[in-house]
Amino acid sequence: MELKTPLYDCHAAAGGKMVPFAGYLLPVQYETGVIAEHMAVRTKAGLFDVSHMGEVVYTGPDALANLNRLLTNDFTGMYDGQVRYSPMCYEDGGVVDDLIVYKYHDEKYMVVVNAANRHKDVAWMREHLVGNVAFEDTSDSVAQIALQGPLSKEILLRVTEESRIPQNYYSFVPKAAIGGISCILSRTGYTGEAGYELYCSNEDAPKLWDLLLKTGNDLGLIPCGLGARDTLRLEAAMPLYGHEMDETIDPLETGLGFAVKLAKEDFIGKQGILAKGPLKRKRVGLKVTGRGIIREHETVFAQGREIGFTTSGTHCPFLGYAAAMAILETDFTEPGTSVEVEVRGRRIAAEVVKLPFYKNPQASK
Amino acid sequence: MMNNPSELLYTRSHEWVRFLTETTAQVGLTDYAQHSLGDLVFVNLPQEGDEVTQGESFADVESVKAVSDVYSPVTGTVKAINEVLLDAPETINKDPYGAWLVEVENITDREELLSADDYAVHCEKED
Repeated sequence: MELKTPLYDCHAAAGGKMVPFAGYLLPVQYETGVIAEHMAVRTKAGLFDVSHMGEVVYTGPDALANLNRLLTNDFTGMYDGQVRYSPMCYEDGGVVDDLIVYKYHDEKYMVVVNAANRHKDVAWMREHLVGNVAFEDTSDSVAQIALQGPLSKEILLRVTEESRIPQNYYSFVPKAAIGGISCILSRTGYTGEAGYELYCSNEDAPKLWDLLLKTGNDLGLIPCGLGARDTLRLEAAMPLYGHEMDETIDPLETGLGFAVKLAKEDFIGKQGILAKGPLKRKRVGLKVTGRGIIREHETVFAQGREIGFTTSGTHCPFLGYAAAMAILETDFTEPGTSVEVEVRGRRIAAEVVKLPFYKNPQASK
Repeated sequence: MMNNPSELLYTRSHEWVRFLTETTAQVGLTDYAQHSLGDLVFVNLPQEGDEVTQGESFADVESVKAVSDVYSPVTGTVKAINEVLLDAPETINKDPYGAWLVEVENITDREELLSADDYAVHCEKED
């Protein structure tokens, strides 16, 4: 049986079409539909319930040592209030999950993980605890709302002071207040637009949701569902666990080399990744040049043979064409390479293109 | 809530049929279907001259989220396809009863079709 997030009643009242996802009932879309929701985020602003995400906290003198050993990125030298992305690997280099790390101070870090992986992650993290550190899974008491889109900051400025809004991309304010409601305010997101993620208590979540929606209404802010979240992240070529990476696809193959610090002394997965040698396959973007839509798990062909498989694919509402991501043999990853993808018994022509498909330079400014 | 024209006939799989003569008909997707599918972004239609068979898939429509088969309510030959939909699949969302997918001629067989009222009852049960 699926759990309800603290915002379930808000979604039901707003006509959200509820579907089971990662153990929760969440809106896949509202009456407006996926395309309108997608466009709202690209041009104005959208509000997402992402309360299903998991949050764990490391505290103690060895918190940093734990993260540096457990995760592929390097968390040394972060400032208080900084956020950093990382994969978390198995010994063989396969991916347990990808996550983001929030540094409160030298002895306290919060880690946000994918909902579908939470229990697996928590078990893996506990199993690998070392030294003087306390570990807590706070997921069940934390709600999360994402406010995304170019008008996000304008909306926040109506309900909080500028000094309590994080300025830098990938930074956060631990004790923010939105219309008097305490929350963690983070300049992060999963849409490729400027935006924020707000963490608050379950009790406060409906109030915060309603306040933001009301505040941004005249600017075009609308609630958005999982459907738009997926098309937005795909257009921005942000990888999703279980698609672009998993136990069998390592982070270098996914193109996450920027977050895999092989120069770091040691971390779980380093030897596994090094043992593989030069990359044999990697993630690419595919733009459909024929007719049709490519989805995940389709076979990709070139020169009369199989060269890989797709990991995600859809129609990109803002760009106006169909696109997919795929893991292909490295010989076929140059932009401009022509390939064919077999979809429901017929071949659709596509071209390898540079990722991301969509980039708004303002998003990370 | 759903406005299903009374002059059309309907299938349980949410297609509508508009008989133009005894043996010629247009086929489309109902309002219920377009609403459940969500924003449509691609339509794959058969070609003129293709045979279609009642109860069998003859086209597919794709929303942002997923692909769905469209089943033929009749057996016959495709006389024409609605080419407007190839470039503007969203027409089905906007005007489901105007946006016919194919026109079928030489109809020799049809599945058991529902009246608008019976179809409305069927939809309520599916909800």
